[in-house]
Amino acid sequence: MLKNKTNDKEPLFHVTKRDDVTFSKAMGIRAIAVVAAFVFCMILALILAGINPLKMISSMFSGCFGTQRRIWKFFKNLSILLYISLAVTPAFRMKFWNIGAEGQTLIGALASVACIILLGGKIPNGLLVLIMFVAGVLAGAIWGVIPAVFKAIWDTNETLFTLMMNYVASFTVAYFLLVWTPSGSSTLGMLSYGWFPQIIHEYFLVIVIALILTGVIYVYLNYSKHGYEISVVGESQKTAKYIGINVKKVIIRTMTLSGALCGFAGFLIVAALDHSVTTQTVGGQGFTAIMVSWLGKFNPIAMFATSFLITFLDQGAAQISTEFNIDSAFPSVIVGSILFFIIGCEFFIYYKVNFRHKAKNMVTMAASENIVKDEETLNNEALKQENKTAIDEAAHETTDVQDAKQDVKQDTKQDINQKAATLQENNGKESEQ
Amino acid sequence: MKKFILALVACLMLFCLTACGSGDEEFKLGVILLHDEASTYDLNFLNAVNAAAKELGLSESQVIIKRNIPESIKCKEAADELVDAGCKVVFADSFGHETYLLEAAKAHKNVQFCHATGTMAHTEKLDNFHNAFASIYEGRYLAGVAAGLKLQEMMAKDSTVVPKIGYVGAFTYAEVISGYTSFYLGVKSIVPEVKMDVQFTGSWYDETEEKNAAAALIDNGCVLISQHADSMGAPSICEERNVPNVAYNGSTATACPNTFIVSSSINWAPYFKYIVTCSKENKPIDTDWVGTIATGSVVLTDVNTKAAAAGTVEKLEAVKADLVSGKVKVFDINTFTSAGAKLTEFMADVDTDAAYTPDTQVIKDGYFSESTFRSAPYFNVEVDGITMLNAKY
Repeated sequence: MLKNKTNDKEPLFHVTKRDDVTFSKAMGIRAIAVVAAFVFCMILALILAGINPLKMISSMFSGCFGTQRRIWKFFKNLSILLYISLAVTPAFRMKFWNIGAEGQTLIGALASVACIILLGGKIPNGLLVLIMFVAGVLAGAIWGVIPAVFKAIWDTNETLFTLMMNYVASFTVAYFLLVWTPSGSSTLGMLSYGWFPQIIHEYFLVIVIALILTGVIYVYLNYSKHGYEISVVGESQKTAKYIGINVKKVIIRTMTLSGALCGFAGFLIVAALDHSVTTQTVGGQGFTAIMVSWLGKFNPIAMFATSFLITFLDQGAAQISTEFNIDSAFPSVIVGSILFFIIGCEFFIYYKVNFRHKAKNMVTMAASENIVKDEETLNNEALKQENKTAIDEAAHETTDVQDAKQDVKQDTKQDINQKAATLQENNGKESEQ
Repeated sequence: MKKFILALVACLMLFCLTACGSGDEEFKLGVILLHDEASTYDLNFLNAVNAAAKELGLSESQVIIKRNIPESIKCKEAADELVDAGCKVVFADSFGHETYLLEAAKAHKNVQFCHATGTMAHTEKLDNFHNAFASIYEGRYLAGVAAGLKLQEMMAKDSTVVPKIGYVGAFTYAEVISGYTSFYLGVKSIVPEVKMDVQFTGSWYDETEEKNAAAALIDNGCVLISQHADSMGAPSICEERNVPNVAYNGSTATACPNTFIVSSSINWAPYFKYIVTCSKENKPIDTDWVGTIATGSVVLTDVNTKAAAAGTVEKLEAVKADLVSGKVKVFDINTFTSAGAKLTEFMADVDTDAAYTPDTQVIKDGYFSESTFRSAPYFNVEVDGITMLNAKY
């Protein structure tokens, strides 16, 4: 039977879902998390690395905003991360887990470089840039649509498929680097053709286009028929089918867009920044973009904030390494810890932790113990009562079941009799024939 | 919310102020590294710059090091920031950094830019852009002599030993070809009938591939292994299979006590001292600087007497003296043949151009003059006795 003892220990805390999180409350929790993260990191700095915690934090800020050059660099890095994050978001909204942004971006970069190698110096720069743009976007789209077609038709696992496509892209780049460098160095270096136009500052256009694209994707996802279809397919494919959405078409179309946007990012990296390609051109940003998109709840505007945060951490960590002349291990610990706090705090936004109230105050422990004892007896009695009713109910149920069984028995008996009768009839007919 | 933002902005400005506050005119050296301490390649540069700084009495704030800088526009950004921080000399350590560093050099005429392993300084003809390398082929030749002595000893002990050795390379690139050929010629100076198989990995750093390549060579009958690769892949499999190994970039004696013979490496400290001194004294820096075994830029680690043949240390001293005096030339055309014939002339691709056209006669006075017309190696002759197992790279 039931052990009443188990019931007198209320757990130390239990978790309940919050239904009523206001925006300001959510932001408050996030702010607390950020502050806690920095405090934690400052303690780490003091204990692990023996560096001045305040200096460490200030070096993070100066690494990002310390000079005009760093501010440009910061927003350029933010923009590139944002491009790739925006690219993966439509697919994520559809619950299509595209983790192939790295490869889709890289292949876009490779296609753009291929155009420079083949056409550089032979056609006007403007035309070359246009062709690079088309090639990059197309290559990214192709890289994105292949897993989508397999998903739509054969329901293959898109996560594994897109991941594997990353390696295919990386080795494709390695192969072409061998082909393009007969000296065997596998290093192209900066190419002198196909440079994206520059106004105001070399990074200005990259940043502005990122801002425009953020708005466009926001509108596309929230105020267009396509965006609506993506959301419905993401919520439930059956519902989507029911209301007449062609799910296969939406999957393929959205992944084409995702891939194309990645390809565009690859094109921009080549045409506006690196003017070259290596297997490290995307440098893991295709994966970081997943985090940016998730943390931003697939909302392009919020994703600006999350890319800001991650770029800040990256650039800040690099500055710590430079300023304190240490390897990248400790700055990585800092970045990891801060992200841990920030991702962890999302839990506290959606769930509330309720502590056992008797543990609140040690002084009242004795008193509360008495109360607990009283509660215990009460509980016991209540339980007994409960058990009784439960047993009674069970007894009722068993008689019900027995009745039902008898009914069934009678039914089956009747059934069998009927079947036997028809069989006999049939047999009789057959023998007559 | 408004107050919060205001406070944040105020904090930011304060931080910026403290960060920009240093405007003193002391000499500063900037160093751009591809990776950090975790890579043996970059660690070699880090150790050198620290040693040079110590010797020249540079304080910690006078050497600024940027780690983990990829071969992209980020290299130029790093260089720009080092200039902003007041560096008078900026150094980058990876081959792929070159074009980006060159861009920075064009933008900052009053700062000297030095690049290791690069090839473009002598054709770009900028006053403030310089290449540097070391005649590492001398070190590899010496390491090859140590390997040859070991092979000779193994053959003397056991007459069934076939003199075939193996080499794990990265790419079929001049730096690698020059490296394994000089190693082979070193072995050949002791064991004339030696043959060598070369297996390429297609990567500068890939522990698994290097391990697999070394294992394949051992399975193929190679009795001694060397490598041009930075990971512990090849040395560790050699220790496991008890096959003697000649390393590169540093000693592996602690990890491979039974098989490590000796290692050659480039010591960059003399170059760092050179560029700092030049800059301080306002002297021009060589467009192509080549450190040699004579100047201490090419060094061998201590010989592991447990694995090496008896008398190795003495023999290496003697050969080193001959190399320093010029009595022995590594690429002496009388010591090797290519396609069955003596190499009497060879046009090498010294000046980098898009089509990679050979442009310079490099055979003179009876030897292939490596690292003379530019610092980075350009020896890419296929020498008889060496078999490339997978020339796809």
